[in-house]
Amino acid sequence: MGNNVLIFAEQLGGKFRSVAYEAICQGKKMAQGLGGKAIAVAIGSGVEAVAKDLGQYGADKVIVVDNAKLKDFTVDAYGKAFAEVVSKNDPAVVLLAATFQGKDLGGYASAALGAPLSSDCTEWASQDGGIQVKRPIYAGKAYVTVKFNSQPAVISLRPKVFLPDAPDASKSAEVEKIDLALSDDDFRSVVKEIIAKTAGKIDVTEADIIVSGGRGVKGPEGFAALEELAGLLGAAVGASRTVVDEGWRPHSDQIGQTGKVVSPKLYIACGISGAIQHLAGMRTSKCIVAINKDPEAPIFSTADYGIVGDLFKVVPALTEEIKKTIG
Amino acid sequence: MNIVVCVKRVPDTETKIKIGGAGTKIDPAGVEFIISPFDEFAVEEAIRIKEKLGKGEITILSLGPAEAQAIMRKAYAMGADKGTHLNDATECQDTLAEAQALAAALKGMQFDLLLFGKQAVDYDNGAVGVQVAKLLNIPVVSRIIKLDVADGKATVERESDMGKEIVEVKLPAAFTAEKGLNDPRYPKLMDIMKAKKKPLEEKPAQLDAPKLSIVKLDYPPARPPGKIVGEGEEAVPALVNLLKNEAKAL
Repeated sequence: MGNNVLIFAEQLGGKFRSVAYEAICQGKKMAQGLGGKAIAVAIGSGVEAVAKDLGQYGADKVIVVDNAKLKDFTVDAYGKAFAEVVSKNDPAVVLLAATFQGKDLGGYASAALGAPLSSDCTEWASQDGGIQVKRPIYAGKAYVTVKFNSQPAVISLRPKVFLPDAPDASKSAEVEKIDLALSDDDFRSVVKEIIAKTAGKIDVTEADIIVSGGRGVKGPEGFAALEELAGLLGAAVGASRTVVDEGWRPHSDQIGQTGKVVSPKLYIACGISGAIQHLAGMRTSKCIVAINKDPEAPIFSTADYGIVGDLFKVVPALTEEIKKTIG
Repeated sequence: MNIVVCVKRVPDTETKIKIGGAGTKIDPAGVEFIISPFDEFAVEEAIRIKEKLGKGEITILSLGPAEAQAIMRKAYAMGADKGTHLNDATECQDTLAEAQALAAALKGMQFDLLLFGKQAVDYDNGAVGVQVAKLLNIPVVSRIIKLDVADGKATVERESDMGKEIVEVKLPAAFTAEKGLNDPRYPKLMDIMKAKKKPLEEKPAQLDAPKLSIVKLDYPPARPPGKIVGEGEEAVPALVNLLKNEAKAL
């Protein structure tokens, strides 16, 4: 029976993403409770050099699979590498972030290891010698507490809910490099082309602050005021489903039940009524501000702070006021 | 061109969720059930492919209680040809057990394309498509927004953290559908009538004992009540002050 926590250390372009640090910090705490080690697994191309830094977030050891063929993520190739490493390391828990990569990899690992899975968890606790998790269901209208009846268990954590502890520069992890034989059959899906995102555009799932627009923005031009505020704050610009369905903003900006789930430090909802499907995507934000002409808009019941008013006046005023105070 | 589409019966996204007596299930009273919206994109895409090729057969596969058959008939009304209902009344929340039951049924089926929605909007795990593909040892690409099939290969588009990816994969392969793949059609009354006559086979689901269990359901944690800071631009300085000093969000 294993007691180690195997953590997927997600990287993009040879650099670890902040979700990797989040997962490692939690993985370390889980491992301590289980009496085992926190073992990070880094897969990609050019990751070996930075692997030991994961010790600063609590990894006891990092296992690296570094291969030029693994530069682009595909679930089959990364899955094979991940499942193989995990199965050889006495896993009690397999831990990932619930990102694009993490969700695919978690599903693959679950099937490969015959391990039950809980995705996008917002809480966890050591209980009865094992781990229990809590996660949103029905678009966040309810939360379910799940206990695992077998080991290992595959758990993915909602990004930005578990902020990482400050790195301890005095720590570094033992690095073990694995040479995995990879054949063409492991690359049955081939990434032919990547059309990179607009340079400098922050993804809503990465942003600490999001300025989001709904039907009240009235059209694509209306987003200029939101873009200006976002630019000042280093924020991402989000959109409600209506806005995306109308074609004013791309689907990648959509926040909500059929869009992205975000958990930023600050969510500023402009002209968004607050339909339950939208709330599903942002209700775990640390601080929510609502700006809406309609004092009865449901968003005001969820927001921490609200201004009733015309967003075309309030948003520019907000930009000006923040310039003064930060400026 | 044989296409299998897996669909799940889920509560309508508008439904107000009430936790039932024992605290481990939702109260089904007054709940409307639908095809999970992402599964609907998958059904629609299958039909478009069949229409484009002028040939092919679309099979619906659904794991769920007896009432799942009504949902399958909705997919039939959109244009699917036949289907298999794997009967399970347990409301299983163990995605691995569900995937194993689906895979067991799929092993006996021939298909070029296996389609899923990216996640079922009840339990929102988004895992079953990838799990089934792995169990069947076929390639899978998740969250596709475009699907083209030609010469035994599929070319798909998806959005990832890198940007837009174009991925090519040899068939047979599995895909999970993301919003933006298509706009599902509304069946006409005539199609709904025709759907009643299409073949629907029922089998017991081969479900292993679940490896996880539900301890309880809770409502979302209440946020402390918020405050309306004021009206219009005049309220902005007070808001910024609160965000900086009270919420420490700026």
